[in-house]
Amino acid sequence: MTRIIDHPILGKLADREIITFQFDGNTYEAYENETIAAALLANGIRKLRVHEGSGTPRGIYCNIGHCMECRVTVNDQANVRACLTVVNKNMIVESGKQHPNIFKRMVEQR
Amino acid sequence: MSDVIVIGGGPAGLAGAIACASSGLNVTIVDEFIKPGGRLLGQLHQEPSGEWWNGIKESERLHQEARKLSVDIRCGVSVYNLEKENHLWNVYTNSGTLTAPFVLVATGAAEYPIPLPGWTLPGVMSIGAAQVMTNVHRVQVGKKGIIIGANILAFAILNELQLAGITVDRIVLPERNQISQKAGEPEEVMKSLLNAAHLAPSPLLRFGSRFMRRDWIRKIGLNFYPKNGVKVNGTPLQLRKAAIEIIGKDHVEGVRIADIDANGTIIAGSETIYEADFVCIAGGLYPLAELTAVAGCPFQYIPELGGHVPHHSETMETPLEGLFVAGNITGIESGKIAMAQGTTAGLSIAKHVGKGAGTIDEQLQQAVKNVRTVRQHAAIQFNPEINSGRSKMNQLWDDLYANNNREDSPKKIV
Repeated sequence: MTRIIDHPILGKLADREIITFQFDGNTYEAYENETIAAALLANGIRKLRVHEGSGTPRGIYCNIGHCMECRVTVNDQANVRACLTVVNKNMIVESGKQHPNIFKRMVEQR
Repeated sequence: MSDVIVIGGGPAGLAGAIACASSGLNVTIVDEFIKPGGRLLGQLHQEPSGEWWNGIKESERLHQEARKLSVDIRCGVSVYNLEKENHLWNVYTNSGTLTAPFVLVATGAAEYPIPLPGWTLPGVMSIGAAQVMTNVHRVQVGKKGIIIGANILAFAILNELQLAGITVDRIVLPERNQISQKAGEPEEVMKSLLNAAHLAPSPLLRFGSRFMRRDWIRKIGLNFYPKNGVKVNGTPLQLRKAAIEIIGKDHVEGVRIADIDANGTIIAGSETIYEADFVCIAGGLYPLAELTAVAGCPFQYIPELGGHVPHHSETMETPLEGLFVAGNITGIESGKIAMAQGTTAGLSIAKHVGKGAGTIDEQLQQAVKNVRTVRQHAAIQFNPEINSGRSKMNQLWDDLYANNNREDSPKKIV
C-alpha cells in the first residue's frame, strides 16, 4: 500500500531512517520506529498468519493490541503482536503457521 | 517506588499523571503502545469553530508537560494483572512487577466487533484500526473500502480516510441479527444519527433532524430513503442496504450486499457483490475495564455509558482503596472529557495522600465542575443519554458508598 507522505492537515511525513528486515525469508524496507504491521502493510502485505487450526488467513483487526489477530514470530519469539512491536534493523519476522492437528487427522482417517 | 502507577498513557492517563506530579507525587505511566497518547493520537476533526483538533499535537503537548514534571513514561509495557497485597497495589507487567499505594486505571475503550461471514479475511479491520494506520502510522489501509456500521465514530473516521486520499465506496449496515442488534435496524440507526445531525455534512440529515424527531415521520422517511443512499462527504450512506458476507481468498476482494426494508429485513434476490480491497467494521466502543475486574472492583451495566463500568465516584475513586479510574473506562465520551476526568483523578489521589493542604478540596471541586462544563460544550456525544448514564452511576455511588460513617451502609472494600 501507499504511504501517506503529504497530508492536508497533518503535513508532510517527517524524514526517517530506512532500515531492512525479513518477513518469511524475504527482505523488506521499513521506517525506523514504526510497527511491524505498518511496515508490512506499506509493503503490500496484509496476511500475517494463518489460523493454527484451520489454516485460513489472518491480518490485523484492531491494530492496537486488543484482538491478538496479528500474532507473528519475532527473532524466534512466538505470539508477538505485530501492531504493537517496533520493527528493528535485521529483525527476522515469521508469519504464524498452521499447527498439526492429530485428532482431526485421526477422525478423517476413520 | 512510585507513589502512583498510571495504567494507560492516553488523554486520561497523561492528564492524571500531570495532576499527580504537579502535586509533588512520583508517577510512573505504563502503556502498551509504541508512544504515549492512546486513542487521542488518531483523532483529527474540525471543531464547530473551524479549528482543527489534531490528536497528535494534543498528545505531544500532554507528553511534554508530563516529562517536564519528571513523570516516568514506559511504552511497550503490557499489564496483565492487578492485585492488592499489604496495602500496596502490585501491577504485573511483561517487564516485571511494579508496586505503589495508588493506581489510576485509564485503559480507555475497545470496539464492539460485528462478526459476519468472511470477517477474518486480511483487509477486514475495525474502524479504529483504519484510523490508527492512516493518521498515526501514515500507511493507506487500501484503495477502496466499504464501512459496515453507521455511527458517529464511523463518520469521523470516514472523513479522516478521505483526507488521506482513501476512497470509501459506501457505508452500509450489518445484517440485522442477534449480534448486530440495533446496528442492523435502520430506524435505530437513523434515530442515533439524527442526534448528531448538526455535524452531518448532509442536507437530508440536517433537514431530517428537525422533522424526524417524531416516530411516524421517521418511519416515512425510511420508507422513502433513497435506494442509493444519501451522500456524506461524497460517500453514499446506505441505510437500506446490509452486508451479508465479505468475499475473498487470501484477502478482501468485495462485499456481498443486499437491499433491506425499513425494518432491516433482507429483500430476497437483491444481492450484489461490490468490489473493495478493505472493509471497516464500526460496532461502537465499550469501556475496556478488565483490569479493574481482576482487581475485584464491582461493576454496573449502564448502556448509556457503553456497557459494564466499574463503580466510581465523581471524584474518580473506586470502592477499592487506592484504586482510581478515569477516561473511557468510566463511560464512552470524547478525549476532552477523558482529560478533564484524568485531572480530577490526579487531584483526588493527591487529596488522599494529603498533598495540596488547604486548597486541594477547592481544586478537586473545580475539576469535577470542569468535567461537567466540558460535557455541556461537547460538539459530539457518543451517546445522547450520557447525562442520564452519569447520573445513574453517581446515584449508585451515593447509595452504596457515600455515607461511610453510617453503620447500616456497606463499608468501603479494603
